[in-house]
Amino acid sequence: MARYVLRRLLLAVPVVVGIMLITFLIKAVIPTDAVTAQFQGQMSEADAAQAIAALRAKYHLDLPWYRQFVLYVESLLHGDLGESIRLRRPVSSEIGFRYLNTLMLTGAALSIALVVGMGTGILAAVRRNSWLDVTATTVGLFGTSMPAFFFGLLLILVVSVWLRWLPVVPRGPAAIVLPALALGLIEAAPLSRVTRTAMIDVLRRDYIRAARARGTGEIALVLRHALPNALLVVLTVIGLQIGNLLGGAFIVETIFSWHGIGELAVEAIGWRDFALTQAVILVSAGTYLAVNLVADILYAWVDPRVELAA
Amino acid sequence: MSSTLRADPVTTASDGPASGEQLLAVRGLRTSFKTSRGELKAVDGVDLDVAAGEVLCLVGESGSGKSVLALSLLRLIEPPGSILGGEVRFEGRDVGAMPRRALRRLRGRDIGIVFQQPQGCLNPVRRIGWQVAEPLMRDGLGRAKAWDAAVELLRAVGLPAPADKASAYPHQLSGGQAQRVMIAVALALRPRLLIADEPTTALDVTVQAQILDLLRERCRAIGAAMILVTHDLGVVAKLADRVAVMYAGRIVEQGPVADLFAAPRHPYTRGLLRAAPRLGEIGERLTDIPGGIPDLARMPPGCAFAPRCDTRRALGLDRCLDEAPPVFAAGPAGRARCWALAGDAA
Ligand SMILES: Nc1ncnc2c1ncn2[C@@H]1O[C@H](COP(=O)(O)OP(=O)(O)O)[C@@H](O)[C@H]1O
Ligand code: SF4
Ligand SMILES: [Mg+2]
Repeated sequence: MARYVLRRLLLAVPVVVGIMLITFLIKAVIPTDAVTAQFQGQMSEADAAQAIAALRAKYHLDLPWYRQFVLYVESLLHGDLGESIRLRRPVSSEIGFRYLNTLMLTGAALSIALVVGMGTGILAAVRRNSWLDVTATTVGLFGTSMPAFFFGLLLILVVSVWLRWLPVVPRGPAAIVLPALALGLIEAAPLSRVTRTAMIDVLRRDYIRAARARGTGEIALVLRHALPNALLVVLTVIGLQIGNLLGGAFIVETIFSWHGIGELAVEAIGWRDFALTQAVILVSAGTYLAVNLVADILYAWVDPRVELAA
Repeated sequence: MSSTLRADPVTTASDGPASGEQLLAVRGLRTSFKTSRGELKAVDGVDLDVAAGEVLCLVGESGSGKSVLALSLLRLIEPPGSILGGEVRFEGRDVGAMPRRALRRLRGRDIGIVFQQPQGCLNPVRRIGWQVAEPLMRDGLGRAKAWDAAVELLRAVGLPAPADKASAYPHQLSGGQAQRVMIAVALALRPRLLIADEPTTALDVTVQAQILDLLRERCRAIGAAMILVTHDLGVVAKLADRVAVMYAGRIVEQGPVADLFAAPRHPYTRGLLRAAPRLGEIGERLTDIPGGIPDLARMPPGCAFAPRCDTRRALGLDRCLDEAPPVFAAGPAGRARCWALAGDAA
């Protein structure tokens, strides 16, 4: 097991370098650099040119790209994500609490997706073709085809405007409810479908019949015998879904004014704040990578056959 | 107290009823599957008796309904199949009328079952020991005690290094080892009856005899009767007390093994025995009698064996094609479904 984890970690190293290279290169493909953008049209040509040159030198924008990259990686390794040109303070100080907010939101959304998605998936598989199964499938179909932002607006309309259960812009802990529901329920739909399919497949295996034949009760059969096997399939999907949650957070956070990484990303791009944009992308990609790594390791932990193959 | 007794598989004292006492009585059992081609009658009016401690061999061509019969005894038939009628009594209790809880107790505690594909019957993500210990824990044994008992059960079925194997996963076992584990699981709660559905068919020939010996030895040790489904007439000759021959969803002949081998009454049984001349040699298979089993979804009105039956042709029995034969006495202690015996009975 330890060897397997180590191997997966080593395999992740080139991916991390790749991510850093890509975030670094984003700068190169955007026509104006941050400094130029900041001063355009604000002072006389000559003054501007001078100020620009000074600042370009300060941010090493005058060096060739590969030297810039080395400097970039070096500073990253020191935990220095650069300085936000717009906010005029270190990016890391801003990104820290934003990241926590996003983790809270995606964590809440994931819990909702897991409970609702796996719960309905298991029930639908056990009570196949019952009204519950049909309802879950139909609702799930809507969920799968509905964009998160639309669902978010729908939630605001129904919960805040019509039912008046929550203010349109809620404060305090209540603020997390709607965005978490919007993200979580949307992701619950595919999770429910995958869980249902996996459970149906497992429930007709010989070992389930054999367990039933030795007197195992139906609940133990579903939860202790079938579910661990179905989890093997579901886990790989959950890994991908956390990626979806992070992606969905960009939009949902903006709609619900949730001050997370996603909202920050949209703002940073609007401000042409490159250091901030880079950092946001870096952190998101790193999280995505970490999530998949954890999913892989969990998978190996659940499935005793993986270790031999590795 | 009874738990500790159960947990000790090496105790050989038989706490079962005296041999010869009626254990299982099946009357008119019918199981069908709904298929796209209509109702498939896999078990079509089966009568069967098993006495305590005896070995009953169930033989018949592939597709004759042996596995469906075995599953029906424990009410393990799932859609599109259903048990349509008949009665199964175990120690006098009507299995069909049992509430869920009683049925769960019947399974495992009263009747154990071993299937054809041992590796498919073991949960791939659960340790062997857990799977053996599970019925014991349900029976009230604590986790640690159940695990120790499981290791002892694995030792009793001859699994090498049982303590290590208990922590192993199914993919780390060979087919023969997996079947030993399944036997340990099936007998963990010392059932009165073991159903073994072609327990060696999927195994390497070299281990088949060992597994059969093990089955007989373990059943004797705990005083369990056994219904052994097999293709192998050599096995029947060696292990069986009585034999039931199944054809197209029906038991066409049953009786004590010596009588049935010495003087088979049903033309199908005679055909089977003719096809396997060297009895007593394990490995003899039922070779095909010309023709095949009729389509169970399109059964002809008369005797299911009629299209293949040379006795019918020899005796010119016309009613075979129109009327299904009832059960006639066949020899001193046997029964068979064949119009050719109508004279005997009268
Ligand atoms: N789940 C099922 N669905 C449809 N038909 C089935 C099913 N299980 C068994 N059958 C049919 O029932 C008949 C008897 O099968 P089986 O009991 O497995 O035969 P045997 O064990 O004697 O080889 C066969 O025709 C088979 O196709
Ligand atoms: S009933 Fe007729 S067809 Fe059927 S086995 Fe007897 S003789 Fe043959
Ligand atoms: Mg079979």
